[in-house]
Amino acid sequence: MHEILLIGLNHKTAPVAVRECLAFNDEESVAATAALKRLDGVAEAVLISTCNRVEALLVSPQPETAIAATKAFLATHKQIALENFADHLYLHRGEAAVKHVFRVAASLDSLVVGEPQILGQMKAAYRTATTEKASGPILNRLLHRTFFVAKRIRTETGIGDHAVSISYAAIELARKIFGTLDEKQVLLIGAGEMAELAVEHLLRQRSGTIHVANRTFERAVELAGKYKGAALRIEEIPAALETVDIIISSTGAPGVVIERDQVKGVMRKRRNRPLFFIDIAVPRDIDPAINRLNNAYVYDIDDLKGVVDENIEDRQREAIRAERMIDEAAIHFGRWLQSLEVVPTIVALRARFDGVAKLETEKALQGLEHLSDADRKAIARMTHAITQKLLHGPTRFLKSDGCQAESNRAAVIDITQKLFELDP
Amino acid sequence: MDLLIVLTIFCYLASSAGYFAFLFLQRPPMHRGGYGFLLAGFCIHTAALLAGFWTSGHIPVTNLYETLSVAAWALVAAFLGLHYRYKLNVLGVYTAPLAVFILLVAYNLPKTSVARPELLKSMWLVAHIVTIFLGDAALALAAGAGILYLLQESTIKRKSRGFFFKRLPSLELLDNTGYACIVSGFTLLTVGLVTGIVYAKSVWGRFWSWDPKEVWSAITWLFYAILLHERLAVGWRGRRAAWMSIIGFGVMLFTFLGVNFLLKGHHGQFTNW
Repeated sequence: MHEILLIGLNHKTAPVAVRECLAFNDEESVAATAALKRLDGVAEAVLISTCNRVEALLVSPQPETAIAATKAFLATHKQIALENFADHLYLHRGEAAVKHVFRVAASLDSLVVGEPQILGQMKAAYRTATTEKASGPILNRLLHRTFFVAKRIRTETGIGDHAVSISYAAIELARKIFGTLDEKQVLLIGAGEMAELAVEHLLRQRSGTIHVANRTFERAVELAGKYKGAALRIEEIPAALETVDIIISSTGAPGVVIERDQVKGVMRKRRNRPLFFIDIAVPRDIDPAINRLNNAYVYDIDDLKGVVDENIEDRQREAIRAERMIDEAAIHFGRWLQSLEVVPTIVALRARFDGVAKLETEKALQGLEHLSDADRKAIARMTHAITQKLLHGPTRFLKSDGCQAESNRAAVIDITQKLFELDP
Repeated sequence: MDLLIVLTIFCYLASSAGYFAFLFLQRPPMHRGGYGFLLAGFCIHTAALLAGFWTSGHIPVTNLYETLSVAAWALVAAFLGLHYRYKLNVLGVYTAPLAVFILLVAYNLPKTSVARPELLKSMWLVAHIVTIFLGDAALALAAGAGILYLLQESTIKRKSRGFFFKRLPSLELLDNTGYACIVSGFTLLTVGLVTGIVYAKSVWGRFWSWDPKEVWSAITWLFYAILLHERLAVGWRGRRAAWMSIIGFGVMLFTFLGVNFLLKGHHGQFTNW
């Protein structure tokens, strides 16, 4: 009996100091996946390694051997004593392992629930496993189901909706104001990690020119070069308000940088086109009274944090619906896995042959009214004998030791099912 | 014809249900269903109006029941036209129930003709009625877009978000939609007034007779003319434009119905019952 196993650790069970010791980069993953497959007791293997998790997904005829071998492999391959990370490892078996894989791919197990990268990382891991021929019929089927379930969860629940980072929340708001950010002019005042992240998001949305103003003009020129934008002196900000649409401010200035009356003055010249101020600075750079002007919107850091908190709550609500979908999918997968047993396959194969034989005999006999009952019985006996003879070989093969050897049984049954169109 | 109107009401009701379900649950098949029912209802409604045209030999606006029915038809026509250009599904939440409401009110009114049919036989009059009704419908949609704009603007301003933030589109789209509705509504209104004036000349021998309906039509027209002028000249947009489109709708409604009920005039017979 093959068992699906999942051994690993993630950001919840292991500190970064342990995770970084065990993480595999892309090239290491290729070799490690192949090595995992060769371990004692392992029939199929996929290795998932990201900055938040290292997980070995295995199919094993001898689970205990495989578990010990995998742990030893991690220790020797990464040259770190097993006792240093053994406590952080978790082990899921059977249906629990299946559910865990579904949850990881659907990003329910992520640090930021609903983040989209993990699915891509799992697809890459699976590609590696297929090119190294480390995955087999069970893991192939499992991962295809996984990608399908993850996609379904993403489209049918709101788990990936709405920004959960400050800079992205700001961009989302900008889109609710401007619709598209195409060709919208941006003014960046000051600099800082969050502000620059927001600018990068904007550039990805094909925003227009990035204007950069800074207390020191050299720094402005440097940043403008980075974003292929235009550098401004701090005194030029009021004039720039006439043309820009989105202002991101993040200076260390003690007082406000843009005052209400400056904005009120330019609104007419702007013909009331909307202005969106993103104030990431503490103390604040943008006069909060500007938010009360028509067509001007100001969000400070606390407002954005409020947005992010709400969105995280939304995602957690959606995660509950996603869990239900995963439970369903795990039940379906379990059913398929059971059908891989030899006996049900033989039963299904016989039913298939007998069904066809019976149907065809009946059809033929309908046109042969003149036959006596004895003749009819003889024909029925003959067809039964034909199916028995035909099935003898395949049945013996399926029951043989060579096939019972755990290593290739799943593959044989899988092929049998496909060849004779047996529904699991 | 009665049966067709009942069918139309049911289609519009189903459409309202679809759009409301979409508002709350945000599943795309729901607004598609809402649109499908609206389109089906519109076809049946059109058939009903054509049948009325066929049996009486003139455009069916001889009493309040028929007039309101044409108004509901024009509203749905304007929405379907708008839908072709702007994908503003959420406006269905405003249009479909409004059409149901108008038709239900109309359906409970007596159905005997009041107007003199000989007045209704001119092509000028048909053009006048159709353009005025479509124009008014477009202006009604502009008010709907204005309401949605104000809702979305206040959630963004107050930073409260909640129910509407994710369900309503961007301010820019709402503002543009409202503007497009006003431009097309105003254009149709202008054409409708001109054809009306020409028709007046052919029936009463004069272009303009200071009838209250004429005066209020001129006021409505001027209101929207100023609104458009200010938008083009100084950029009246956003919140203020939204409020103006809602107030303009009020003025338009008064011209359409209020004048007939409260003041006397030569349009009264179309809304008698």
